[in-house]
Amino acid sequence: MVTRLTFAGLITRVFMWTFLLCLVVVVVYPLAWMVLNGFKTNTELFGNPFALPLQLDWQNYTAAWNRGVSNYLTTSILVTVTSTIATVFISAWAAYGLTRVNIPFSRTAATLILGGLMLAPTVALVPLVKMFQSMGLYNTFWALLILYTAFRIPFTTFLIRAYMIDLPREIDEAAEVDGASRWTAFWRIILPMCRPIIISTIVLHILFAWNEYLFAMVFTSGTEMQTLPVGLTSLMSKHGTDYPVVFAGMVIAALPVVILFFVSQRYFIKGLADGIGK
Amino acid sequence: MLLTQPSKTVERAPAAQATGAQPPRTPKRPGIRRLLGLAWILPAVVMLAVFVYLPLVQNLGFSTIEWDIYSGSQEFIGLDNYVKLVGDPIFWSALGNNLLYAVISLGFQVFGAIVLAAIIESIRSDAWRRGLRAVYFIPSAISLTVAGLLFYFIYEPNLGLLNHVLDGIGLGSWAQPWLGQESTAMVAVIAMSQWQGFGYSTLLFAVAIQRIPSELYEAASIDGIGAIRRFFTITLPLVREMTGLMIIVTISGAFQVFNEVMVMTSGGPNNSTQVLGTWLYRNGFVRNDFGYAAAIATVIFVVTLAIALVQLWINRRRRVEW
Repeated sequence: MVTRLTFAGLITRVFMWTFLLCLVVVVVYPLAWMVLNGFKTNTELFGNPFALPLQLDWQNYTAAWNRGVSNYLTTSILVTVTSTIATVFISAWAAYGLTRVNIPFSRTAATLILGGLMLAPTVALVPLVKMFQSMGLYNTFWALLILYTAFRIPFTTFLIRAYMIDLPREIDEAAEVDGASRWTAFWRIILPMCRPIIISTIVLHILFAWNEYLFAMVFTSGTEMQTLPVGLTSLMSKHGTDYPVVFAGMVIAALPVVILFFVSQRYFIKGLADGIGK
Repeated sequence: MLLTQPSKTVERAPAAQATGAQPPRTPKRPGIRRLLGLAWILPAVVMLAVFVYLPLVQNLGFSTIEWDIYSGSQEFIGLDNYVKLVGDPIFWSALGNNLLYAVISLGFQVFGAIVLAAIIESIRSDAWRRGLRAVYFIPSAISLTVAGLLFYFIYEPNLGLLNHVLDGIGLGSWAQPWLGQESTAMVAVIAMSQWQGFGYSTLLFAVAIQRIPSELYEAASIDGIGAIRRFFTITLPLVREMTGLMIIVTISGAFQVFNEVMVMTSGGPNNSTQVLGTWLYRNGFVRNDFGYAAAIATVIFVVTLAIALVQLWINRRRRVEW
């Protein structure tokens, strides 16, 4: 009995590890192929797709950089950083108001803010274009900042609120006894206590803003205002035959977020676990 | 641990979130001070009201208008755009593609992800667990645009990896222009989506599994319960809330698909990969038929709202207690 169990267990484990490692190959190999193709010449690329590049030549990267990627990167960084700050601040404010301040209409406000979770950006697209055109914000940095912030407030508030609700009431009472104002209590006490979930929401928002495509495509035009995801498709259509340059551009677009994820992984997962893990 | 968790679970149920589980009320303050408290939620409410809810309402109005792109004039035509929609075969095939997206994604991103997460979390080595979770997540960190372009090249008939791999393992006869023909294009796009997204849902399920008290697993192993029964009797029931949430997120995500289709096929060949989002875009921003695009948007709205309401209803009916 005992031996049969261990034998079956062994088979299961071998099967399990084979499966897990095959999946690793399926994930990693295309990515490695992308990075390697960024170093190839067009002839090499079309010759044998499995071959390694003959030399680590950075010219595709400089070519991609000079053909607009530096502009796309600047816009992406600007939009990502500002919308992250705006979204996380406004959401943390709202979460504090909804969980720890006695305000009128709080149920209605909570429904209004969190109800936004259900609404798809596509649905508002046509009116938004008209609105931004008439406001003169079309093809400006403000269009993306406003849209990324507005559409991510529900999700971000949802996460921060779930975390704040669990912080003990006694903290607020103690702060009040010490004579701290609402602002001080929020800024100096509650916000620092919410650090794990704040880090998670920052990472999630960066991933969103860096990668967003629909709004970026519809609300911007021209190299100056395009973000990386849209810029890459322009690069593809403009220099479609020069594939290695496109690959180099893809690597430049992907690398920052992959690095961000690996650096923040521990905090990110901890925050998620406390915030939405049920 | 066990004592605090049930209350947390109930409080964090999405239904409770949306209806607003309020903290115990403190004695009423003077009215002015209470009103000043509104300043906390004002920025969020204003942003949402102006840029999310207002356009949503406007969209309904837009869908009853025929826009003339040349003169710029607008004419009220009632429900004509919706009548046109019902008679539009591409609309129906787009809707069908969204449904196919939903079904396949449910298989991979929900049920596949739970199993994968359970397997990963059963690994004893901390480093392996963390490493595998991270590697599987990478495709979700790179944008859909990058992933879409990458797979555009992978599916490419001449330099693409897929056909060369098939050749290499003796299945060369299966090689074909995956994105270039109507019969395979949609499935090829959906397959890329699964590759890109499964790591994200696996990570979320892994997080949910970590929160299951380890005492339950210890008790199960003392009772000699095997891994598969443990999965069905402990893991699956106790990640039910997350499962419910992910089912809803996945289905409603499938009805909003846009980026990957746009990057890989733009809806072609011959509209075979058209989904509601790309069909809306094409009508609104390529053909300048804004009224018709708004009508398609209404359909997306109704479908996603219905899915969300079902989620709320289910959550109100069953709350996990453990």
